[in-house]
Parts: sequence; C-alpha cells; structure tokens
Amino acid sequence: MHAPDGFLNAGTALATGAISVGTVGLALRQAKHYLLDRQIPLAGITAAFVFAAQMFNFPVAAGTTGHLLGGALAAILLGPHMGAVVVTVVVLVQALVFADGGLTALGYNILNMAVIPAYGGYAVFRLFRRLLPDTSGGAVGAAGLAAWVSVVLSAMAFSIEWLFGATAPVSFTRVFAAMVGFHVLIGIGEGVISALTVGVVLASRPDLVVGAADLDRRQLEDRRRTRTPTFLIAGLLAALFAASVVSQFAFDDPDGLERVAEDTGIVVSAEDHALSDSIFADYATAGIENEAVSLAVAGVAGTLIVLAVGWGLFLGPRKRPGRPAAV
Amino acid sequence: MGAGHAHALYVHEHSVVHRLAPESKLVAAVLFIVGVAITPREALWAFGLYAAVLGVVLAVARVPLRFFLVRLLAILPFIAFAFLIPFIASGERVEVLWFDVSREGVWGAWNILAKGTLGATTSIILAATTEVPKLVQGLGVLRVPAVLVSIAAFMIRYLELIAEELGRMRMAMASRGYDPRWLGETKPIAAAAGAMFVRSYERGERVHSAMLARGYTGVMPVLGRSPAEWGDWLVAMTIPLVGLAIAVTALVVT
Repeated sequence: MHAPDGFLNAGTALATGAISVGTVGLALRQAKHYLLDRQIPLAGITAAFVFAAQMFNFPVAAGTTGHLLGGALAAILLGPHMGAVVVTVVVLVQALVFADGGLTALGYNILNMAVIPAYGGYAVFRLFRRLLPDTSGGAVGAAGLAAWVSVVLSAMAFSIEWLFGATAPVSFTRVFAAMVGFHVLIGIGEGVISALTVGVVLASRPDLVVGAADLDRRQLEDRRRTRTPTFLIAGLLAALFAASVVSQFAFDDPDGLERVAEDTGIVVSAEDHALSDSIFADYATAGIENEAVSLAVAGVAGTLIVLAVGWGLFLGPRKRPGRPAAV
Repeated sequence: MGAGHAHALYVHEHSVVHRLAPESKLVAAVLFIVGVAITPREALWAFGLYAAVLGVVLAVARVPLRFFLVRLLAILPFIAFAFLIPFIASGERVEVLWFDVSREGVWGAWNILAKGTLGATTSIILAATTEVPKLVQGLGVLRVPAVLVSIAAFMIRYLELIAEELGRMRMAMASRGYDPRWLGETKPIAAAAGAMFVRSYERGERVHSAMLARGYTGVMPVLGRSPAEWGDWLVAMTIPLVGLAIAVTALVVT
C-alpha cells in the first residue's frame, strides 16, 4: 500500500498530511513520558523489527504470498501511541531511503499504514478483549481479529481518499469493492500471523504485551489451545460475511446502469452535478456514478474509521492498573 | 554493520552531489517532487524536462544505470495498478494499439506512471548520494521532532542486524524441511516473528543500559558535522528552482 507521488491529487495529499502530522504529534506527546526515559533505543529497535516483519513473506495459498503490515501488531505490543509513532518512522524511512512510497504521498501513506491501523486496530483489540474471555487465549483471538480489521479499515480509508482525490475516473464503488474485497482476504493472513506472534510473546515475556498488561499470572496460564485451522475457518467465515455486506453496497455495476439509462433515453443531464462546486471537484465527480450509493458507502466507512481511531486515541493514555514493571 | 547496510543503497563516489550538506539535499528533493506533483499531466514536455534534469543529476553523481534501475523496481506494484486504470476507468473510449480503453483512464495512468517514476528517481538519487546516518542528521537539522529522528537512527542502525537474524531463522527452518504452501502451515513463521520481537526488545534493553553506562542523557551527541554553508544551499536549490520554473510554466501554458 505504499502509494507513489502523484497518486492522489494535491489537495488530498495536503489534507491527509495535516491529519497525519496532527495525530502523530498527539501520539508523540502522549508517548513522551514513556519515551524520554528509556524507550528510544527500544522504540528504534522495535521499528527495525516492524520493518523486518514486513519482509516476512507468508504463504496465502498455493504459491502466492502476502506480507505483514504490522500496524495493529505494533499497537498491541507497544500500546497505540508508541505503535503509531514506530510505524510512522518505518513509513518515513521507507520513503526517504528505500524509495518505497512517494515523499509527497507521505500524508496518506502515514495515515493509511500507521495511524489508522495502530489506533483503529487497538480500538478493535480492546473491543474484542471485552467480548472474549479474559485470558491469554482471549487476548490472542482479539489480536487476530484486530489485525484483520485494521487491514480492512486501511483499505476503506484508501478508497475514501480516492473519492476525494482521484487522479483517474475510476468510480469509488469499484475502488472500494476491489480494495476492501482484496484486503478482507489478505487481512486473514495478517490476523493469523499477528495472533500467533502475540501468543508467542505472551508465552515467553507477557510483560512486553502492553495490550494484555491487565492479565495476571493465573489468566495467562489459562490458555485454550486454538488450532490454526479452526482460526482459519473462523476467519474465512468472517471474511465471507464481511464480503457479502460490502457487496450489498458495491457490486452493482454502475457502468451497466449508466448504459441502460442511455439506451432507454433516461439520460440525466450531466452538467448540473449537485456536488460539482463542493470538495468533490474534478475527477471525484467523474468517479461518482451512483451518488447515493457512493456517498452512503463512503459515509458509513468513514464513520467507522473515525470512531475506531478516535476510540483508540482515547483508550491509549489511560494507565491500567496491574501492569508489571518491565525489567 | 551500519556501513554494510548503507552500502546497499549508497553509491560510494566523490561527486558534487555527494558533498552537499544533507539538509539542503532533502529540501531540494522535496521541493522538486512537489513541482512534479503539481504539474498538469497534459504537459508532456514538462515531464520530459524533469527526466532530463534528473538524468543530468544521475550522471553528475555517477550513479550506475543498473543500480538505479534495480532500485526503481520498488514502485512496480503501483505501476501494475496504473496499467489497469485505462481498462476499468469510465468515460469516452478510444482505441490504443489493440485495446478499447478509456481516454481519461489513459491520462490517469500516465499521470501516476510519470509522477511516481520521477518521485522515486529523486528519492533514489537522495539515498544514493547521502549516507543514511547523515540523512537522519539532516532531518534533525530541519527540525523534525527529535524523538522521531532518534528512533529512525536506531532503527537504521539495527535494521540490518535484525534482518540478518531473520534470515538465519528462515535458513534454520528451511534446512529442517519447512516449506509452507498454505496459510494453515504458518505457525512456525509466527513463532519466529514472536521470538524475533522478544529478542529485539531485549537487545533494546541491553543497548539502553550500555548507553546509560556511557553517559547517555536522552540526546545523542552530534559528532563532527558542519552546518550547511551558503554554497551548499545555492547549488542544491538550482535543481528545484529549475523544476518549479518548469511546473509554473506548465501551469500557465495549459
């Protein structure tokens, strides 16, 4: 998801840049008391870990591979603020040093790959921690679901940015269906690997998992062994469910509709677009073929993202009791 | 270790471009890319001129063509997406070669292709002519928050080490016959990732103790760097000035 320069228009690059600078600034402020003391080398080495983890190719099916994005994993292991900061550094260095992602695209790349997965993923993690049993197994399951949702949220965010800043007239519904559909599947891999990783860390150094700091020794030992196939089947079912919900909105072919409209002579006058003077200028309007559906999908997805990120931001600073001091 | 890593991206030469202060090169690169990004896509000549400017810089910096092309492969996934656009975009259809594609889609694809390639080329030149630690120092001079800069410095310092550790783990798994084909067989990969996180974290703790023992107060001392001189800025800024002049002309003409 490392977008190159010029992928979205200048306004979108600036707007997402402002959002990213704001949120990362906030994350830095929140993480400051934690960072100044002893954590800078730790954060740096963890950033190197996230970078290396992104090189971790895992098989998806018969020869095709995916790789970890790691935003939700970092947030669960380090807490949402530190997670967001660490992944921001990774994205920044990838753009500057490795030419992976454009320099003027940093605004939306940081938003999509660091801010949204870290905060959104952490919020989802806390939500499932509440729903699942308060044990090590519950935390592992919550981590998997959070990582999976974080990838989907990220894909949704990218589609919404496309709605505002498209540089080609590919309709929002198409981009949304393709991006979300693809990432609903890719996300299963992210979820499985993240969950198993959190499980391994919980087994050896439970004090390093900030997201599970409230578990005591007894809860940590109470660990139902979930076998990977069970997890996979659950993930696939969840994916199918999500895909069917998405398809309700997105898979009706707007081009087909338009053609029918032309053929039957019900051509709506194209020039007086209700939105042509608003923020949806230029291509965004060309990109919207079925306004009501597009805006509904974008609205629902946008609300979900803002809710999740906002909740993640709110969840972070509270200090939970019972966190064993890291040695 | 750091040196070994830097060598993969850095071309050891002694050109004018290499000698410029890192912060001036950073600002120049960002401004040049901003110019490219705001150029209207119809101004084909402007993109030709940008490519020529970058070609000259590549030649002056003596970056080998092969090295440059290999690095450019990083943007392939999005190039693939760009080639899809003409087929899935809406609007007026035109025939290009044998394909029936959208005219607006072709322009959109060209836009992403041209700007993405020029942007990546600029980043590659920046990394090829500036050692990574200096690049990070440059960010510090430009008032990027110190915390981010220090994290980036540590990350770059330990990246190669951790990547090598990862490589050893994979080799150990492969030599024991582990060859996963399906997602259901990935548990050992995750176990390795988890072990790697714990190892990285514990290494971080050790490094921090060692630094405290040597008098670390939370700020890294800056060793032997001189601030950018006027000459550096003058030379570095010629490139983005040319770029912005092209961009403004293109904006006015089209």
